[in-house]
Amino acid sequence: MSQDVVIRARGLTKEFLRDSFHIVALKDVDLEIRRGEYLALMGPSGSGKSTLLHLIAAMDRPTAGEIEVLGSNVASMADSEMAKWRNRHIGFVFQSFNLIPVLTALENVELPLKLTHLKRGERVQHAATALKLVGLGDRMDHYPRQLSGGQEQRVAIARAIVTDPDIILCDEPTGNLDARSANEVLELLRRLNQEFGKTIVMVTHDPHAAHFATHIRFIDKGELLPEGKKPEDWS
Amino acid sequence: MILPISYNLRNLAVRRTTTLMTALGIGLTVAVLAASFALVDGLRLALEASGHPLNVLVTRKGAESELASNFERRVFDDLKFKAGIARNAAGEPLASLEVVTVINLVSVEYPEGANVSVRGVTPIGLEIRDDARLTEGRWFTPGRREATVGSSIAKRYPEARPGEKIRFGRGEWEVVGIFHSGQMARNSEILVDLNQVAADFGRESVLSSALLRATDEVAHQALINDLQADTRLNVQARSEKAYYAQQTSSGDLIRYLGTIVAVIMAVGSCFGAMNTMYAAVARRSKEIGTLRVLGFSRAAILVSFLIESLMLAALGGALGILLVLPVQGLSTGIGSMVTFSEIAFQLRITPQTMASAFLFALAMGAAGGLLPAFQASRKEILTALREG
Repeated sequence: MSQDVVIRARGLTKEFLRDSFHIVALKDVDLEIRRGEYLALMGPSGSGKSTLLHLIAAMDRPTAGEIEVLGSNVASMADSEMAKWRNRHIGFVFQSFNLIPVLTALENVELPLKLTHLKRGERVQHAATALKLVGLGDRMDHYPRQLSGGQEQRVAIARAIVTDPDIILCDEPTGNLDARSANEVLELLRRLNQEFGKTIVMVTHDPHAAHFATHIRFIDKGELLPEGKKPEDWS
Repeated sequence: MILPISYNLRNLAVRRTTTLMTALGIGLTVAVLAASFALVDGLRLALEASGHPLNVLVTRKGAESELASNFERRVFDDLKFKAGIARNAAGEPLASLEVVTVINLVSVEYPEGANVSVRGVTPIGLEIRDDARLTEGRWFTPGRREATVGSSIAKRYPEARPGEKIRFGRGEWEVVGIFHSGQMARNSEILVDLNQVAADFGRESVLSSALLRATDEVAHQALINDLQADTRLNVQARSEKAYYAQQTSSGDLIRYLGTIVAVIMAVGSCFGAMNTMYAAVARRSKEIGTLRVLGFSRAAILVSFLIESLMLAALGGALGILLVLPVQGLSTGIGSMVTFSEIAFQLRITPQTMASAFLFALAMGAAGGLLPAFQASRKEILTALREG
C-alpha cells in the first residue's frame, strides 16, 4: 500500500439474509482513500454506503474481497484485536450521537481513553482539551440530556478525536440536526480535516453537507460509481 | 480494561424503582436466611455459655440426656466421695443428686402450653450453681412445695411468676423467687427441692443425675476418666459444658429449614435479578454497540453487566441485613431434642451471619446477572446499534 493510501478496498462484497431474502448490500467495490482526504459518500437509502463505512471501521466483516485500512487487513482480525484496533485508529461519529446518557460530557469523551495506558489526570486533561476544541469547554459537567442536539454531536466528535485517531468515520452526522447546528458540525469536521490533517469519510444524504468534503463518491444499489458519476435518478 | 463503576452505579440510580424492587426481593431472601441463622446462633451461644468448666455431669450409662437417665441414689452415695471432687466450707463434697422432669406451662407464645424443665436439687446443688443470683424473692425452702424460677421462665410463662402457683406432681407449687444465671440454659429451668419433687413423682430412689464440682481442671478430666472407667457404677460422666454444647443439634432443623426456604426464595430472587438485567441489556443495546465501537471488548461488556448485577445484589444484601437487624436480642424459645423441654435464648446476628447473608446475596446477583451479561457481550455491534 502506498504511503498515502490509508484505505484500500478490492472487490469488496457484503451479502446477507434478511427474512429469507438474499440481499447484496455491497457489490465488488474497489476504493482508495488517501491520507488527509475528506470523502463524502452519497447515495439513496439502502444503497450500501453505511455498510461500506462499517466495513472500513471493522464493525462488520465482508462476504468477499479485501479491505486494508492503515496497512491492516481488518477483516482477518479476531474480535478483541479489532476492538483494540478501532480504539487506536478510528473515531466514529453516529447520526444519533450515541452518547452514554448517565455520563457527563467529559466522562463520555474520556471513555475511549480508558482503554489506553494514560493515567486518570492525563485522561481528563485530554478529554477537556478535545471538548475545548469543539467549543464545549464550558459544558464539561453537563449530561447529554442537558445539551442541545448540536452540542451532543460536538461532544460525540470530541469523543471521536480524543484518542487522536488517523481516520474519522461519520455516519450521517448532521441527519438529526437543524441547519445551524449542522453547519457548526460540518465546519468542525472541515477544520479537523484541514488544520489537523484527519482523513474523514462521511456518509450523507445531504448535498450541502457533502460540499464540505474534498471528494464526493456515489453508491447505488451496492455499487460504487466512478468519481463524478451520480445515480440516474439522483436529483 | 473495565468500564467505570460510576457507569453502573448511575444506571442503577436511573432505574431506581426497578432497582429497589429487585433489591428488596433479594433482601427478603437474605433476611429469611439471616433470621434462621440468628436463631441457631442465639441457641448455640446460649448453650455454649452454659455449664461450668469444672462441673461434671453424671448420668446412667447410655442415657443421652438427664431426662432419659435413671440414676440410682445408691450410685450417688458411692461416687460422691470420689477423689477430685471439691468441698464446701463445711467440708461436704460439692456433689448434687438431682432429678429432672418436664411439666407443661402456658407460655406467652404458646397458649396451648409448652414443656418446661423442673429440676429438683439440694442446697449443695444451689451451692454448685454459684453463678445463679436471685433477682426477685427468695430461694425455695427444702421440704416445701416452693419453686424458684429462672429469669427466662418468669419472662415467658405468666403462671410462673412470684406469687403465682404452678400445679404439677401431687399439688400446687408456690413460686417464691426468680434467679438469673450467666449460663443461659439454666434460666430456662424451675428449681425445686429434690426430695419434695422426687416424692411427688415417686422417684425417691431412682433420680436423674449427679452434678459434681471438680477441684481443678486436671482433677476435672481425671474425675471423668475415673467415673467412666468404674464398671461397678455403670455411669456416663461428661463435662457439663460438653453436655450443653451437644444440645446445639436442636437448632440443626431450623438451620436446614431456613436454608431450604432461603434457597427456594433465592431461585425467585435470581429470576428477579435476571429479569431486571435482561431489561437493562435490552434497553441499553445501543450503548453496548457504541461501547464496542469505541473499542471495549466483549469481556469488558460482560464484566460491566456482571458488576452491575452484583451491585444490585449488594444493595439487596444490605437491605436484607437491615431488615433482620431488629430481631437482634429478641427472646424466644425452642424445644430441645435432648431435654424435651424449652430452652429460652436471644436471637443473635453475628458478623459471620451478616457476612454469609451478604455473600448469599452476591451469589444471587452473580447467578441472576451472568446470562444477561453474557447476552450483552455476545451481541454483534451492528445488531446492538440497530436494536437501540
